[in-house]
Amino acid sequence: MAVAELERERTTGSEMTPAMAQVAQVRKETYDTFTLALEPSDDEPFPGFTPGQFSMLYVFGNGELPISISGDPEDHARLLYTVRSVGKTTQALVSSKPGDAVGIRGPYGSHWPLKVARGKDVLIVAGGIGLAPLRPAIHYILRHRADYNRLVVLYGARSPRDLIFRKQLEDWGRLPDTQVLATVDYGGLNWRGHVGVVTGLFRFVRLQPFHTVAMICGPEIMMRYVIWELEARGLPPGDLYLSLERNMKCGIGFCGHCQYGPNFICKDGPIFPYHEVRSWFGRYEL
Amino acid sequence: MTVENLANTLREHPFLQGFDAAHIDKLAAMASEVRFGKGELIFREGDESSFFYLLLSGKVALETNAPGRILRIVTLGPGEELGWSSVTASHSKQFQARALEETQALAFDGVRLQHACEEDCRFGYTLMSAMLRVVAHRLQSTRLQLLDMYSPVSAQVC
Repeated sequence: MAVAELERERTTGSEMTPAMAQVAQVRKETYDTFTLALEPSDDEPFPGFTPGQFSMLYVFGNGELPISISGDPEDHARLLYTVRSVGKTTQALVSSKPGDAVGIRGPYGSHWPLKVARGKDVLIVAGGIGLAPLRPAIHYILRHRADYNRLVVLYGARSPRDLIFRKQLEDWGRLPDTQVLATVDYGGLNWRGHVGVVTGLFRFVRLQPFHTVAMICGPEIMMRYVIWELEARGLPPGDLYLSLERNMKCGIGFCGHCQYGPNFICKDGPIFPYHEVRSWFGRYEL
Repeated sequence: MTVENLANTLREHPFLQGFDAAHIDKLAAMASEVRFGKGELIFREGDESSFFYLLLSGKVALETNAPGRILRIVTLGPGEELGWSSVTASHSKQFQARALEETQALAFDGVRLQHACEEDCRFGYTLMSAMLRVVAHRLQSTRLQLLDMYSPVSAQVC
């Protein structure tokens, strides 16, 4: 079969046809961010996912969006998606009511290096809603705690009211061998935590180069500064993993909207080891 | 704390990495240990305080007053520095500093530090280089905060 024919079959077949799911719950995380729980509309269970992967969610009458899965990978009954309401389609998605139908494709994309990180310290650095794609990795590590050394979660957000998963962050911070620190750019008098950029939290963390795997997700500017700081502290680029985002449409590497150098974010990413993308990272044209 | 203990404590402080022993001893002779209670104001905006502090424990917030509210600019913790402007010509504080918890620090009189820098240029260069690193780091952090990089952008993927 010719390559073009294979591609045509691939994109006209089941990969582009959403399965039906229904909204089971919509949970408010902050004033503009919500977590949706989706369940299959029939008896067919969702395929499993690996932490870091995303789904294409179709909001009927509005459009389709790539959304990272934010729940526990071992919860097979439902899939969780944490969404910030910033546009027409996300607004429609977070306004869903239990029982509403949503189309779903995937899960797609690469995943966090949870096998590579076994036996090492894990440093999670998240900014804003970037904590959502990292939460499944944290769930996984906590479920397989003996396989990992220290877990450090550093989280930056705009203000205290923008922090997502606050209760969980507090719970994780009380666990042994787990350090959780949050900082905000703007804090009022009632905020007792840190104020300042997320890189400022590195001073409270003991990092062991060659024994630490870093997983980073947040605004690209934030990730650039995090990477500079981590490299200055001796962490090799191959131990730094980041989640990139671009305008995805098909989710399967066909349409080319999310091309990033020689990669497609949807198919080859969204998780990349830094050394594989450093030539393109931070370039204005990309 | 004896001068010897002060010198040992100074050697551990990140601000003084790269300082030679003689410079550490010089600073130890000028240092005094201070403690601030939770909620205590260390200095106010506009104060003519000339102290420079190396924080040993606790947490301090730099704040500024706006009508009807106080804005927190940054929090500082162990291993950080407070009051770098005390080694500049102007000692007037631009922000207020408040201990958010019991805080221990080593305090240095900014005027004495400046005199020590003028008397011993090598010491002065080392101290001012370390001070410049602090200022550059604060500037970079402030720029990042000003970028408001977590604000919602409709093109962003969640």
